Formats: sequence, C-alpha cells, structure tokens
Amino acid sequence: MVEVATSAQNIKALSFDNIGMTFPDGTEALTGVDFSVERGEFVTIVGPSGCGKSTLLKIASGLLEQTVGDVEVDRERIGYVFQDATLLHWRTVMGNVELFAELHNIPKSERRRLAAQAIDLVGLNGFENHYPKSLSGGMKMRASLARTLTLSPPVFLFDEPFGAVDEITRERLNEETQLLFQREGFAGLFITHSISEAVFMSTRVLVMSARPGRIVAEFNVPFEYPRQPDLRFNPEFARLSGEVSRELRGSHA
Amino acid sequence: MSTPDPTPLTTDRSKPLSLDDAPVVVAGPGRVKSLSLNILPPLALGTLILAAWYFVSYRLLEENRRFLLEPPHAVLQVGFLDWGNFSEILQGLKSSARVALIGLVIAILMGFTLAIIMSQSKLFERAIFPYMVTLQAIPILAIVPLISFWFGTGQRSRVVVCIIISLFPIIVNTLFGLQSAERGMHDLFTLHSSGRATRLRKLNFPAALPAIFAGLRISAGLSVIGAIVGDFFFGRGDVGIGQLLRKYANNLDGEQLLAAVIMSSVLGVTVFLLFGAIQNRAIGKWYDPNST
Repeated sequence: MVEVATSAQNIKALSFDNIGMTFPDGTEALTGVDFSVERGEFVTIVGPSGCGKSTLLKIASGLLEQTVGDVEVDRERIGYVFQDATLLHWRTVMGNVELFAELHNIPKSERRRLAAQAIDLVGLNGFENHYPKSLSGGMKMRASLARTLTLSPPVFLFDEPFGAVDEITRERLNEETQLLFQREGFAGLFITHSISEAVFMSTRVLVMSARPGRIVAEFNVPFEYPRQPDLRFNPEFARLSGEVSRELRGSHA
Repeated sequence: MSTPDPTPLTTDRSKPLSLDDAPVVVAGPGRVKSLSLNILPPLALGTLILAAWYFVSYRLLEENRRFLLEPPHAVLQVGFLDWGNFSEILQGLKSSARVALIGLVIAILMGFTLAIIMSQSKLFERAIFPYMVTLQAIPILAIVPLISFWFGTGQRSRVVVCIIISLFPIIVNTLFGLQSAERGMHDLFTLHSSGRATRLRKLNFPAALPAIFAGLRISAGLSVIGAIVGDFFFGRGDVGIGQLLRKYANNLDGEQLLAAVIMSSVLGVTVFLLFGAIQNRAIGKWYDPNST
C-alpha cells in the first residue's frame, strides 16, 4: 500500500553508520559507508563488480561483522535473498518455502498457511510439490522469494537475485518485486549491476565506488508505484538512467 | 535452470537401473530401436565370449586337461542343472550373503557414527583419519591370520573381515557428504540461528544422502567379497561359497568351480542392483546427478 510508504516516513529500518570492512588478508572492502533505509523505501546500490556490495549485505544481516562503524537493524526477522536460489534439493517447493517458519518453530498448520500464501504471492501455484531440479531459474528465484516472504520481514535484503535469469524473466521479476514491495511495505535494500533494474524498482539509487566501496552518488527516483513496464521507455526514466550510468562510469575510474 | 525432460534413453550404467528409469515410450519404431541398442551389443559380445570359451575348451585344451576350462554346456549341466550340486552352491551363497549382510550393517553403524563425529569436530577428523587410511591400506589377506588369532575361525571372524573391508568407503563417503552442503545453505541456517542438531538433521544429513548411497553400493560389494575371502581363508564352520570354491578347486571339479564363481558374481551384482533400487526409492525423486 502506498499509504504505508508515505505515512511511515522517517522511521529508520536499517542504518549504516560509517561502516568500514577490512578482511583478515588486508583487503579493504568498504570504507565510510553511511546511509540508512527507511520503512517504505526501496534503495538499490549499483556498483562495479567486487566493490563490496555483497559484503555490505552480509554485514547488515550479521553473517559478517564490520571492522569499523555500527549497523542498526532488527535481525530477528530480516529477509535476505541470495544471488543463488539456494533451495534445498531434497525438499519440494512447499517444503522449501516452509523452511524458515520451521526454523523459527512456527507450528505446522500456521507455516503451511504462510507458505501457501507466499507461494500464491509469487505465482508458483501448482508447483508446490515440484522438486527444485524440475524448476527453471526464474521459478527457483520465485521460490526463494516466497521462502523469505513467509517471515513478513520488515527489512528485505536482495543480493543481485535476478542476475542469473534471462532478460525477459528478469523484467517480469522486477515488476513483481516492486508490486510486492508496494503491497508488503518492507524496507528494501537491493543490489544489482543493472541500471535499468535499479531505476525501475527503487525509490532511491545509490552508486558505490570501486574497492574500497563507498557511496559516491545518490538519486531519488520520483515515479509513482505501481510502476508499469512501459516506464522503461519514458524519457525521464532514460534521463535518470543516463545520469546513474555516468556516475557509475566515473566510479570505475 | 534445468527443466523436466523425459528420461533419455541411456546405456549409462553408472545409474541404477530400475523401472522408474524405463523410458516412457509407448510404442513405435523408437522403442524397437532402443531395445536393439540396449540389448544387441552385450548379446553380441556374450556370443563372442562363448565362442572363444568353446574354442579354448575344445581346440586349445587336450582332453586330459579340459578340466581347466570345461565348456559352457558342461558347466550348465553339472553346475546349474544338477540340483544336488546347484543347491550346495545356493546354500553356500546364502551363508555368505548372511555374513556379508551382518558385516555390512555393523560397518554402516560404525561408519555413520564415526563420520558424524568427524564432521562435527575437526579435531576428531584429524585424529581419526590417518588411522582409517592405514586400516584401508592393509591388504585384507595380511590381517586375516591375525583375525583368526583373535576371533577364531568361525562366523565371527568372517564378519570382522567384512567390517574391515567395507568400513572405509562408508566413512569417507558419509563424511564427504556431510560436508557437501553449499555455503549459501549454511548461511540460511546461520541467519535463522539454527542449532547444531537442527543443522545436522535438516541440512547436512539430507545433503549427504547421494554420497552415502554411493558409499553403500561400494561397501555392499566389498562386504560380499569379504565374506567369501574370509570363508575361503578360515575354511571352517558354516559352509559358505568360499569353502566351496576351495573344495571344488582341490577336487578339480571345474564345472562346479566355474558355476560357483558365476554365482558369486551374481550375488555381487544382485547386491549392487538392490542398493541402486533402494537409492532410487530414497532420493531418486529429487537427486539430479547432473547438477553440482
């Protein structure tokens, strides 16, 4: 609901305070990363490969600990969608989608309900009893999204989740993701290489520099939700994408 | 990225053959073609082997030395169609199969326990592994005398031989399997703060099943060999196929010797197929051998 997006302004869901990350081998991955994501915001980070984007999400989720600075986020129900679908091969779609609820000891009937609802949201109805080996890349990603949706996470981290699917599937998943965002009202932090994907889905796009990564530019994306596929051919969309692209090229240097 | 595709017609023998694998072709020339592709080559080779066998029996061996390789029909007549002889071999097989099964079950229990301990603690893994390799490196015949020293020459010793010979593949494969879950999957369980036991039960163990079954098929075959070798060497107690092999060899009963060898192999193949069928039943639905 758009109301959530506007009325919940200024409530920080996730904030990075001057984050720096140096790995034990001396690689400096991040330096002075300082921004926050508010409820009802969908923020995307674009940046060159190896700039530390994924590292930032790992720090946000607690999988890694930063060497400098503070993170503020509620990790109890954080949603985190990886680059790979990471479905358990031995579980059906239903079994996979139920996993998180199961790990959080939610009773069987309740997690069935949550899973069925999430499967419905991502449009995988009819595939509940399929095993991952018989799903396409896009369907695996949908199952992975559904798995995370069962927790109704207030914060949703996406680590380049649609990088491995074909262009058409990616665009459809982009459209569906922004609908989900609008509907569920989570705070989203999305990572990608694709400028079009970033501008299409986000309320805000951040550009990260090459390693050590830091935020070098910020763009507000003014388009109303729900966004239509044709938005991609809007001149304003093209102009904004061009600006992001210019910044990104600068950050490579 | 994989989409369901009809099971391809295959002559791949690395996969267990079962009804589920049967191609879903109803009729038509395709079926005839596949049948001929699957059946004809081994049939042709088999015929060639039989011809060579006859050639050796009748052309290369003089009559007084023919017992070295009796011709196929003689083996069939004396070894298989003479019920007295054949039932003796079947009895021996039954005894050896029982020993192999007992040894295998104990090896599985020991192997699983050790592999789970090793998977949970690097310290134990480092401590145990060199000894497993050492144990594996001992030629079985070298410790058979020692086993008879300690456990006598009865059935118990044969079981010990089976355990020693089949333990290693179970441990190595189970351990490898338990460590095979992808990093990303572990991250999922870490994010949702799962304990060790949950992780083992819901992640490590199911992820290990394909490797465990691969190990079981190897070990089951080895256990059969262990039962026969043990029986052959100890030569006492309940008569198994090993003692029969020795008896036939000593009596120069060439037909029965060959029949016993063939039936030993049949036992091994049966065990292999049996475990393949169990594997297919257990993990065939989700396991895709072509994916990583």
